[in-house]
Amino acid sequence: MPRLEAQNWRNDAVAKVTGRSKFADDLKVANLLHAVPAYSDYVHARIVRIDTTEAEKLPGVVRVLTARDIPGSNRVGQIEKDFRIFADDKIRYDGDVVALVVAESAEVAEKGAGLVRVEASVLPAVLDPEEALNDTILVHEDHGTNIVATHRVRRGDIEAGFKSADFVVEQEFRTQFVEHAYLEQEVALCAPQPGGIMEVRGSMQHPYSTRKFVAACLGTPLESVEIIGTPLGGGFGGKDDTAAIVCARAALAARLLGRPVKTVYRREWSIKESYKRHPYRMRYRMGVGKDGRITAVQCRILADAGAYCSVTPWVTWRSTVQCCGPYEVANVHCDVLGVYTNNVVTGAMRGFGSPQVNFAIEQLVEMAAERAGLSPVEFRRRNCVRQGSVTITGQKLDNHKVAMGEVLDAVLRKSGYERKLARASRGVSDSDELYGIGLAMSYRGVGLGAEGLDHCAAEVNVLPDGSVLLDVGVHENGQGLESAMSILCAKELGVNLRRIRYKLASTSAIPDSGTTVASRGTIVGGGAVILAARDLKTKIASAVAPKLGCSPASVRFSEDRVHGRRKDNGMPFDEAIREMAGSNELPRGVGVFNAPNVSWNEETGQGDAYFTWVYGCQAVELTVNKKSGRVKLLRAYAAHDLGKAVNPGMVRGQFYGGMAMGIGYALHEEVRAKEGKIVTTNFNTYRIPRAPDVPEMTAVIVENPDPSSLSGAKSIGEPTTEIMAPAIANAIYSATGQRRFTLPIRLSKP
Amino acid sequence: MILHINGLEIKAADSAGDRHLLDYIRNDLDLTGAKNACDIGVCGACTVLMDGEPVKACLKKVRDAVGHKILTIEGVAGEDGALHPLQQAFIDSGAIQCGFCIPGMVLAAHAFLSKNSTPTRDQIRRAIAPNLCRCTGYQQIIDAIESAAPFYSRSH
Repeated sequence: MPRLEAQNWRNDAVAKVTGRSKFADDLKVANLLHAVPAYSDYVHARIVRIDTTEAEKLPGVVRVLTARDIPGSNRVGQIEKDFRIFADDKIRYDGDVVALVVAESAEVAEKGAGLVRVEASVLPAVLDPEEALNDTILVHEDHGTNIVATHRVRRGDIEAGFKSADFVVEQEFRTQFVEHAYLEQEVALCAPQPGGIMEVRGSMQHPYSTRKFVAACLGTPLESVEIIGTPLGGGFGGKDDTAAIVCARAALAARLLGRPVKTVYRREWSIKESYKRHPYRMRYRMGVGKDGRITAVQCRILADAGAYCSVTPWVTWRSTVQCCGPYEVANVHCDVLGVYTNNVVTGAMRGFGSPQVNFAIEQLVEMAAERAGLSPVEFRRRNCVRQGSVTITGQKLDNHKVAMGEVLDAVLRKSGYERKLARASRGVSDSDELYGIGLAMSYRGVGLGAEGLDHCAAEVNVLPDGSVLLDVGVHENGQGLESAMSILCAKELGVNLRRIRYKLASTSAIPDSGTTVASRGTIVGGGAVILAARDLKTKIASAVAPKLGCSPASVRFSEDRVHGRRKDNGMPFDEAIREMAGSNELPRGVGVFNAPNVSWNEETGQGDAYFTWVYGCQAVELTVNKKSGRVKLLRAYAAHDLGKAVNPGMVRGQFYGGMAMGIGYALHEEVRAKEGKIVTTNFNTYRIPRAPDVPEMTAVIVENPDPSSLSGAKSIGEPTTEIMAPAIANAIYSATGQRRFTLPIRLSKP
Repeated sequence: MILHINGLEIKAADSAGDRHLLDYIRNDLDLTGAKNACDIGVCGACTVLMDGEPVKACLKKVRDAVGHKILTIEGVAGEDGALHPLQQAFIDSGAIQCGFCIPGMVLAAHAFLSKNSTPTRDQIRRAIAPNLCRCTGYQQIIDAIESAAPFYSRSH
């Protein structure tokens, strides 16, 4: 039994630490076929013919599938249905799949995939997003333009804002393609069931969009596709559309061949085909008045969407809302564009459009501070949002605690930033090592915001012996969601956590509650759990009130007991459930949490973009070696207001993991390509941080329970990863006296 | 061929000799705790111990294991299913998120602590450098290994 008194409880910890957890590729199925994707050698080409005859001749190959075999729709997507399950008209990027080779063994299938030939006429590829804006080469002819997303903010009077400025700082920033690098690659295991049901297990983080994609591909109703939860070996936003398509292809093979089919991706295919974090090019101008207050910000941001739309319009929308960082700016003129190219697709990744703009704005404010003769902290204090501030989109921050100053103070205290900054080398040092310290801060809108409907369903089902099954429409990605939901359920019901089992997740069991993304799991899932538990308590209270000799309204639940006004004359929870068996009511509660309303005007870029916000600040100490340029991180600090920590040990894990991902973003990681073909296709060339690359980290949990959240909890997954890169860039500046405006930061000789 | 895995003698067909050890233990023995995340020996997810030393099972052939004692994650807990103190330390330290790297991480740590039961945190960092984790930032994994170290001093 897990130790429930421990702070770091996880329902799956024992299974994971003993190796007994069964991830999708660990499952064994009889009569299994194996399927492997076939790619072309092109980056941009019009397909003439896909020749599968050689592959089909290979002994052991059962069938080779292409777009022609799809009974339903070959085109899927969450916003634009421009993804092809199999490339049909054109190859649009190196990772486009032309065929699926199904064989009795994975080895034969892989060999067969190498025999699929694509005859095509090469088209010039557009690989530069600026060039793509000309529309000389169109990636999707039917779209008419390469522009796939446009957002803007128009606030105040930009000319007057710059006119009133004492000085203007201007800079261009660039960021890179980044791979999620979840350790478990894409896997799909699809098994046709009697009655026309397709059962899907796999490594994907959006079971509901997987259900949509599979049903669309098969041309069957949604009810006939069942996605069963399997432990997920990491997602970080990366296992949405392209991972769902991997499932759709395997499901197609399973349907056509009437046998279970498994696809297990090699790392090389995963990195080549799956979507990445968007590279951004950002031009910023910031005007600052004599009083050290920002008078105006103008920016133009261009995101490389790659070959398909994916969620580019949503990613770039968050960048738009947060383009000025957590600062009050009266005059803003911001244009954000997303553009198709023949590069690898880009989409959701932890941070979702914020790490890029934070890298820019958090350096820009320090450049402005220096010009204004103010310390980086003082400049931030003069300009950052506070209680009652109005954001650049016109949203008044008055429905929750605005904790920007609080998290800044916490990091200053923990890190000794101001004292240490005075000691920074600024390019001069007696030894070979230059010392520096830097910080960055952000605010972040919680949940999907005006991207979409933010709701979630939950069900609590008490069994006759008093044990509890919990089901929630958000999913375990590895972050500990099931544990957090179970803890909230136990708390609300006043029962021992041991009673609760998080049900094996299935898309057939609970309404579509959207994606477990946007750091929304705890706030919306938790809201639904609490409402479901309250619904259940109302029913139990009605059933047992007569026996307790009180009104249903005064029935209380605590310490595994149900009682009236006095605790001592209550009854154990199980007895209350047995008592209920005599009533007409079932011990079952349902809850649907609907996030408060948000608003958005696309023309002006004004509105209440998110229903609440979180606040974070991070600092990092480092040295830069004068000769080699090697950066060594010494210590990192973070303070985040996340509302309320439901499971503190897991919350700290989100801090550390997010910060480490931010370190990779800043210093190590870049998906590199040659003429559109990715060359960093495995962990020997795509370098994510290893233990010695990461310093000791200090996590400060700041709790200001949010009025709009039933548990008080808000978000933590993404905020932790979005400000480490600018903190490092600022630290490198304090060490070397030189700024770096391109990610990843490479210092040959400072 | 006779293999010694988790204290058991296992008879393997001679024809299995050329297969990768990882493929064999996962698919023939259903010891699926070892994972295949890179297939080129750079991520550590497939780590098993050979005579107490961490090896990458994706790079080894089955015949390389003959004459050696192999320990996989499935053999770390006691026969009664009781968790090894190191495993309990991983849980208590909050070191587990997605868990995909954890079997390899536990084995790498077990091999390391068996040789050095009074390590510094920097030594622990270097010891687990071959094992990638994308979720945890390693901090709580290092906490876990550090907190389990006293058990190894007592038992050696």
